[in-house]
Amino acid sequence: MPAPETVLSVRNLAVRFGRSKLRAVDGVSLDLGTERLGIVGESGSGKSTLGRAIMRLLPNAAHVEAATLDFDGKPLLTRPEREMRTLRGNRMALIMQDPRYSLNPVLSVGKQVAEAALLHGKIGKKEAYAKAADMLARVRIADVERVMSLYPHQISGGMGQRVMIAMMLLAKPRLVVADEPTSALDVSVRGDVLNLLDELVRENNSGLMLISHDIRMVAAFCQRILVMYKGRVVETLTRLDEAQHPYTRGLIAAMPDPRNPVQRLQTLDRRAIDALEARS
Amino acid sequence: MSLVTSASAGSKPGILLARIGRSLKNALIKLSREPVGLFGFIVLLLLIIVAILAPLIAPYSPTTQNLPNALQAPSWEHWAGTDEYGRDILSRLIYGTRITIQTVLAVSVIVGPIGMLVGIVAGFVGGRTDAILMRFTDIVLSFPSLILALSFAAALGAGLETAIIAISLTGWPPIARLARAETLIVRNTDYVAAARLYGASPLRVLFLYIAPMCIPSVVVRLTLNMAGIILTAAALGFLGLGAQPPAPEWGAMISSGRQYMLDNWWVAVMPGIAILLTSLAFNLVGDALRDILDPRHARS
Amino acid sequence: MIEVSNLSVSFGSGEARRQVVKGVSFVVGKGETLGIVGESGCGKSTVLRSLAGLDRHWEGEIRLAGNAVDRERSREQLKLAQMVFQDPYGSIHPRHRIERVLAEPARAMKIGDGWSRVAPSLEQVGLPANFAERFPHELSGGQRQRVAIARALMLEPEILLLDEPTSALDVSVQAEVLNLLSDLREERNLTYVLVSHDLSVIAHMCDRVLVMKDGAFVDELDKGALEQGQTHHPYSKQLFKASFL
Repeated sequence: MPAPETVLSVRNLAVRFGRSKLRAVDGVSLDLGTERLGIVGESGSGKSTLGRAIMRLLPNAAHVEAATLDFDGKPLLTRPEREMRTLRGNRMALIMQDPRYSLNPVLSVGKQVAEAALLHGKIGKKEAYAKAADMLARVRIADVERVMSLYPHQISGGMGQRVMIAMMLLAKPRLVVADEPTSALDVSVRGDVLNLLDELVRENNSGLMLISHDIRMVAAFCQRILVMYKGRVVETLTRLDEAQHPYTRGLIAAMPDPRNPVQRLQTLDRRAIDALEARS
Repeated sequence: MSLVTSASAGSKPGILLARIGRSLKNALIKLSREPVGLFGFIVLLLLIIVAILAPLIAPYSPTTQNLPNALQAPSWEHWAGTDEYGRDILSRLIYGTRITIQTVLAVSVIVGPIGMLVGIVAGFVGGRTDAILMRFTDIVLSFPSLILALSFAAALGAGLETAIIAISLTGWPPIARLARAETLIVRNTDYVAAARLYGASPLRVLFLYIAPMCIPSVVVRLTLNMAGIILTAAALGFLGLGAQPPAPEWGAMISSGRQYMLDNWWVAVMPGIAILLTSLAFNLVGDALRDILDPRHARS
Repeated sequence: MIEVSNLSVSFGSGEARRQVVKGVSFVVGKGETLGIVGESGCGKSTVLRSLAGLDRHWEGEIRLAGNAVDRERSREQLKLAQMVFQDPYGSIHPRHRIERVLAEPARAMKIGDGWSRVAPSLEQVGLPANFAERFPHELSGGQRQRVAIARALMLEPEILLLDEPTSALDVSVQAEVLNLLSDLREERNLTYVLVSHDLSVIAHMCDRVLVMKDGAFVDELDKGALEQGQTHHPYSKQLFKASFL
């Protein structure tokens, strides 16, 4: 591995919604190099809000504050919305749970990928189409010609996720935020999608932020894991067996494991965790 | 059916009252975040108070003629002026609220249940029943409501009752369609599936599971309809087919003031303002109700 | 407890006719928990809905507690098996208070008034009795699923059909609900059929697992085989590999 250069640098990021005093994200600091970073937490832990805050995709009611929020060495928070829009199309990308909502429903898959090719390479229409077909083949879509003529609602979730990744292979983003990219997919295609994501970030030398509730999946795929609880990062791990924090340990123990069967699953002692969090 | 026994769940009236109080309080809190809707509610409330207390509020009799006083411009004595028979227009407007509210309530009470019943049954039973009921609804929907009302008024004789019947006849199809659409969604939910699994009869499912989900949108639709009802009633009155003189119906007032309108603007403008304000209030209240009752339309 | 022979389910007619379940047979003993695992669209939910009596397009034979049941169930037949649905947000009527949710099964069946059994049944699933006053939207997902389980048990069925009961929940809440289901099974000697795409949940709960693909069972694994990851079919092998990265 080459020395990881910093793609994203965040210090003390906080997000509040509306007039609420409660912070959905509270004092999060992280550095992302050209690596795979996992963000794990339960619903309401603020993990998705964090991802969207970094991409500045939160609604206007959200107040985002940070001591530093630098992307590629330049601050993000002060940029005008128009600049952000070009940035989001080119340099940073978001992969969502159900790709069929992020694709344009009235354009065929082929057209959309070709459009991405047109946007990022100075080429003609025909070339763009050929390039799109190339990319779709690269994400291991079998029947490329047929798939290109389909509309987003006609393809499966796994296929949609591949199409999204194909478009990103063209755009070559520096930062990829993947928010639960596999939880709407069938088990057998999850591995494929993750592998494709991995290829994508390796090839472009970009940083990947994988947001998920599935701590085991993240642990298997990412080099570093941030565990979030109630808007704060409680622990940073490289391996699951390093877990110290009772919340992380609770999460791991709560998952059933067929290789290690138990009569009763362990449940989280939320009161103890909250007490511990209040002290720190 | 045990619609009534649902209240006995708490077994004590105290609990029930507390629950109603809590729901009212929640609704008021939500309403206070909608200043425009609140304005609509206040106007409506005033309108109802005025209608109830009309004899106490009105400074003059609405029907007694006073020919020497005819066509007086608005003044301190006659705030809205007098009409061609010397009747105080403000007093006539105040009594007119009674007719308007009566019309609106009567039409809603007829249209709401009929529309809901047709829609829910069509959506729930489906198949041929659905096809027949909805084609019938389409046929009625394709009649221009004012024309149908006109022919009805012509056939049954002019009068407030005929106007109410005529408006109601064309008013229910939109409600039926709405209720049907809502039913089609609710019918396929897991909670209805669960109800079928514990042996709930179709009638029970219809009244206890599906109807409660349709009521909010129907109420909203009815409230928004009320503005239209007022306008149609006024139009019928204007054409001389609604309430008959000397009843102080707003549309009829504009109609009779028409020939004096050019020189004496207040004769037509004052009832016009009343119609405008009332239908506006109903529209605002309808919008606010949609936000309060229906979380799907909640503003972010 | 459950005997299914040659169950087939088809939807649509004519050209568009599609066979979703292709002549499957299985037996579940009393107190046993059978898991059915498979991917979306493999027909596992359809099997469960046919068992429950929600789908009426099936052919073949279903026997519950020794009695052959009809497509159109009688009240007595409905009492044999109840179902817990996947989405706790969609399976409880949003405008019914919890007490009504729990009283409805008895009231609909016309056995007793139902209200008196609300408090004990809440307690049984580990919820405080004052939850009876609340509306579903005032409960969390896990609490709702507990209510749904309590409702399914109101008619005291011997069989509980579980359709992905925890897939909409967080891991820690999932653990609580799975524990509750294990406790109830022990207390009441219930028979479960659990359908899920999550092999680890299935392996934790079930004595036996059927692997379903394209409307048919391709593999059957017992507890020991699950622990050691022994499979007899390439598809279940692939499923295993994908589930435990």
